[in-house]
Amino acid sequence: MAAFTVTIEDTGETYRCPDYKTLLEGMEALAKKGIPVGCRGGGCGVCKVEIVAGTYSKRVMSRDHVSEEEEAAHKVLACRVKPTSDVTLRVLGKMKKNVCRDVNAAIAE
Amino acid sequence: MAMTGVLRPGHAVVRVLDLEESVDFYGRVMGLKETGRDKNGRVYFKCWDERDHNSFVIRKADRAGLDAFGFKVRDKATLEKLDSDLKAYGVATERMPAGEMLETGERVRFQVPTGHIIELYADKKDVGNGMPYVNPEAWTPDAEKGIAPIRMDHCLIYGGDIDGNRKIFEEVLGFSLVERVKLEDGVTDLATWLTCSTKAHDIAMVRHAEDGKLHHVSFLLDSWERVLRAADLMSMNRVSIDIGPTRHGVTRGTTIYFFDPSGNRMETFCGGYQWYPDMQPVTWTWDEVGAGVFYHDRKLNERFLSVVT
Ligand code: FES
Ligand SMILES: [Fe+2]
Repeated sequence: MAAFTVTIEDTGETYRCPDYKTLLEGMEALAKKGIPVGCRGGGCGVCKVEIVAGTYSKRVMSRDHVSEEEEAAHKVLACRVKPTSDVTLRVLGKMKKNVCRDVNAAIAE
Repeated sequence: MAMTGVLRPGHAVVRVLDLEESVDFYGRVMGLKETGRDKNGRVYFKCWDERDHNSFVIRKADRAGLDAFGFKVRDKATLEKLDSDLKAYGVATERMPAGEMLETGERVRFQVPTGHIIELYADKKDVGNGMPYVNPEAWTPDAEKGIAPIRMDHCLIYGGDIDGNRKIFEEVLGFSLVERVKLEDGVTDLATWLTCSTKAHDIAMVRHAEDGKLHHVSFLLDSWERVLRAADLMSMNRVSIDIGPTRHGVTRGTTIYFFDPSGNRMETFCGGYQWYPDMQPVTWTWDEVGAGVFYHDRKLNERFLSVVT
């Protein structure tokens, strides 16, 4: 097993991620923070990141959240990507607004 | 109560990103029985104790989520009546011919105000639960394979106009309100749980900025022990668990929320209470919604209100 260093550029947070875990699993396993955690299956889109340096392998991810162009530009879902080198990433995803946070907006919809 | 009209949830059709991975997950880990594949690439499953041909169908797509949720109605006459009642109410309906889904009769299909596709049908082939109708055993070996829920039980959908949904389900389809969560204004529903039977819920809905979203499809287990066993099997198979095992305040079911390999949230649960039409609905206020959803933690996790497919 190899392990690589993942750097979250936004916060400077780093963690070691084994090659068999996704970037998201690796972060969670060490109780690190920075990338929003959702379904962990490439379906919900909250864990979207941009890989700014490093190499990775990837699996199919929802086109609702990542277009082909984005995927080609290394904008990917962290739960579908495993590191094959040290990786630096930027966080793009966020937890969506929900009605408890903004009741009036929800009613106005 | 004599059960007429809409009987129960009959099928969920869910989109998956990788078909074979999902077939393995729903078959081997969940312990659903694969009952067929059609020319459109859909794979059909049923729970071991269900008698109808299918209750859970997956389809490969480039995004996750729910294609449709179907309810079985009492008979063909009921189907015709509900179709004309829907039309009279102003809901456009469409017919899907018998056989369009494997071993399934004609379906009446319509869109509810939250954008979800709902289907009604009267016929689905009785393939049995593996035991005879005369002198059956108590269970079959399939009851022990994988998580092995008893039935597909309900779903929770997310969308904007849940009030419009509730009107159709109550006023046309004969559902009743069992529980609700109110927003801070004390008037607007954040969420509603509706039943067409004596179950605490057959469908639930949460108000959300985006339409047409799936929160979860739920499968029934018959004991808290089986819920724990399901969690063990999930960990053994590296299934992504959202929360649990824990208990809901709303409906009082014991539960695990988890995600399928495409990120669709599923639930295995046990218990809850029986509902009868003379019971008044239960209300949860916005400040206690945490306990309503997760009774032990008494707080929401961030994913509950915002992670959907
Ligand atoms: S956590 Fe849902 S897509 Fe990654
Ligand atoms: Fe549920």
